[in-house]
Amino acid sequence: MIPRHQKVIFSVLLAASLVMAVVLWQLRDRAHQRLIAGEDSAPTNAPLVAPAEQATLLVANDADNTLLAQTHSLPLPADPGARARAILGKLLDLYSTPDSSHPAPGGGNAVSQVYLLPALGEKDPLHPDAELAVVNLTGAFVSSHPSGLETETLTVLSICGTLHANFPRVTQVRFLVDGIERHTLAGHADLTRTYLATEAVPTAEGAHQ
Amino acid sequence: MRWTSWIAAVLLAAGMTASAQAPPAPPAPQPRFVVVLDAAHGGDDYGGRLASGQPEKAYTLTMSVRLRSQLGVRGVQVITTREQDTGIDLNHRAEIANHANAQACISLHASESGSGVHLFVSSLYPMQPSRFAPWKTAQAAWVTRSLALAGVLNSALLHAGVTVTLSRSSLPGVDSMACPAVAVEMAPDRDASLKTTADLDNAGYQSRVAGALAAALLEWQTEAHTQ
Repeated sequence: MIPRHQKVIFSVLLAASLVMAVVLWQLRDRAHQRLIAGEDSAPTNAPLVAPAEQATLLVANDADNTLLAQTHSLPLPADPGARARAILGKLLDLYSTPDSSHPAPGGGNAVSQVYLLPALGEKDPLHPDAELAVVNLTGAFVSSHPSGLETETLTVLSICGTLHANFPRVTQVRFLVDGIERHTLAGHADLTRTYLATEAVPTAEGAHQ
Repeated sequence: MRWTSWIAAVLLAAGMTASAQAPPAPPAPQPRFVVVLDAAHGGDDYGGRLASGQPEKAYTLTMSVRLRSQLGVRGVQVITTREQDTGIDLNHRAEIANHANAQACISLHASESGSGVHLFVSSLYPMQPSRFAPWKTAQAAWVTRSLALAGVLNSALLHAGVTVTLSRSSLPGVDSMACPAVAVEMAPDRDASLKTTADLDNAGYQSRVAGALAAALLEWQTEAHTQ
């Protein structure tokens, strides 16, 4: 025989469980409605993309140790630093493709920032508004770059030449890796010096792409 | 008066006899010809990693030893910056080259990128030699001679059937050398379709390149003596 007080407790607990189940169901429904409402408020239009423009890339070729000038069409932001980064990103994207003439992993993310500053040293009367480009490379790109005098020199010169081709006022280029100075790219090419953009001279004109 | 002129005549005759009997003067000694071989990297600095898994530092040392013996048997005085796996500062390498007063300084490198042999000369702007040169740009006074040396090396390598590319680059270490200096980077030999025809480990390829470099340096020695 079940005592009366136990029957009462059981009934109360059962009733409480049913009430809690109903409340939980309603809370779940409300959360679902909030989620749907949030999705509705999300932007459905694609963000505005910068218009595609022509950029000249000095593409390195390991086979004959040359820099080939190629014209590419790509969306470019208005800010000069971001623009330079986008152009170098495209150049390094070409190097990361499997059939690249100058294989170097990393791609477009290899350049963290590009800063355009007034050129170092005395003002050149011929180029009074000359600029220094400081290219900040990622440590991941540098540590995975193939080692060798030729391949490292070509990477550095193609970056310098590409910057000068698209920003004629850039006459000097310096390199940082993760924001700090580093001795060499991958054991050979000197990254402590200021490169003159004129050191990178394209050897041929590439096809329009 | 008569007596003194007679003595003078006797002395003159004796002098002429002595000069006729004297041995011919020895030829002027050939100027010393010294080549400095700098096997790049070493010690903790492994350099690049080659396809065989060998570090660049070991390969450059092998090539240095091979080239040293080829030059040694031809009577060329060779000074090497290292003979074993030791780390040597770039400045110390330049110091060794500058103390040797060498007529040719060759910095040896190796890479899997590209094909054939890559010859690099310092990209410093040529300057007139001066008594005191800045350490970091001492090579500027020698760039013209370095370019000439690279031309001789290029001809010899092409003659040996090796693909050659010539370039200029900023070369820490070499830029401080006060001698005609060229950085020589060996890469696998590839044909026009970029198919590898000889790996870096290929003994025949190593011998061919070392032989061509030795022949070029002997030619450079001849040119140096004629100037």
